[in-house]
Amino acid sequence: MECVFGLVGKGFALVVADTSAVHSILVHKSNEDKVMILDSHKLMGASGEAGDRVQFTEYIQKNVALYQFRNGIPLTTAATASFTRGELATALRKNPYSVNIVLAGYDKETGPSMFYIDYIASLHKVDKVAFGYGSYFSLAMMDRHYRKDMTIEEAIELVDKCILEIRSRLVVAPPNFVIKIVDENGAREYAWRETVKEAPVA
Amino acid sequence: MSRRYDSRTTIFSPEGRLYQVEYAMEAIGNAGSAIGILSKDGVVLVGEKKVTSKLLQTSTSTEKMYKIDDHVACAVAGIMSDANILINTARVQAQRYTYAYQEPMPVEQLVQSLCDTKQGYTQFGGLRPFGVSFLFAGWDKNYGFQLYMSDPSGNYGGWKAAAIGANNQAAQSMLKQDYKDDMNREEAIQLVLKVLSKTMDSTSLTSEKLELAEVFLSNGKVKYQVYSPEALNKLLVDSGLTQPVAEA
Repeated sequence: MECVFGLVGKGFALVVADTSAVHSILVHKSNEDKVMILDSHKLMGASGEAGDRVQFTEYIQKNVALYQFRNGIPLTTAATASFTRGELATALRKNPYSVNIVLAGYDKETGPSMFYIDYIASLHKVDKVAFGYGSYFSLAMMDRHYRKDMTIEEAIELVDKCILEIRSRLVVAPPNFVIKIVDENGAREYAWRETVKEAPVA
Repeated sequence: MSRRYDSRTTIFSPEGRLYQVEYAMEAIGNAGSAIGILSKDGVVLVGEKKVTSKLLQTSTSTEKMYKIDDHVACAVAGIMSDANILINTARVQAQRYTYAYQEPMPVEQLVQSLCDTKQGYTQFGGLRPFGVSFLFAGWDKNYGFQLYMSDPSGNYGGWKAAAIGANNQAAQSMLKQDYKDDMNREEAIQLVLKVLSKTMDSTSLTSEKLELAEVFLSNGKVKYQVYSPEALNKLLVDSGLTQPVAEA
């Protein structure tokens, strides 16, 4: 089942997500990217109802872009988080989106930051975060090994520990994961951790 | 026949003019003036109060300076009842922004949102334009200290020094001559008082005829401060613009 988690290190933040598109007991796809690159310096990892997830993250992405076009300055990560929370909160009393969000970004003034936003519109600034069944294992792993001053290499090592734990302890563990990083140089895909390849087309 | 295009704000005259908008700007030319100067460490605003009657007691402590948000203030010239409406919308906009983003609204966006309102009245409203000009002084983390001027047409611009209201052209040309890029707040206050004293109709400056406010940073926080009558009197005496009151 779904696993989205992330952490803030020294000068960067990273977001990891499983890449399984699941419906009922079937896996439809194992390379579904659930971490959106929101703008040049923001990542949005999302879990939840597949339709809502794509619809909502795109809606936020387009609004962040619109803000930038209108005003010539980018939204900060904190402002984006507040805006996202606001959208979820208004939707909550009408037709709620069922999405949980990990928002990571890098700002010139404040450096890297990360926000927990869930489908009932709570917002927290955090250093490490996890959603889904994988959170039971990745949170425990991060509690044990996380440090604020981690380098990218150390953080990736911790991410791999989390993935290994999920794969070995979770009955419904997803096979593949994607890791994305944001730092002063921007948001980018860092690596994939795959045990299953998509079946080749004959 | 020349009156044919006067009555509507939504129709251009054959020469391509909107008379009502121009008349509104004309109306502001009769109002008490206001001057603003941008300096290295803050923005200074000064306004001329027209004393209409000795018996009149104003309800607020300031009548030309208004705080829009913690980081933005404005000076007004024109019809006060129109200004109050716009000031209210500006305050609402600023708070809406803070509510959505948990951050203070960038100054230019605030000015722009207000100018959109003004413009809307001239194109869609078919109503009389707002008879007010504003000077906005503010600070934000992207562009630091800023000074904006906006007129009834909905135009706005960023300025280093600007004047609105009566005699604004005379004041503007004096500012053009005396403005220096590296002025600090104290020098800006001296200049703003000098310009106002020369462009005002009355001969001597007193604290009853003036309002002086500044936006600056103190301990990393934006501060808006209006000079008290006592402080203003002292400033005027010190700068030689008024005679000290004789001890009775």
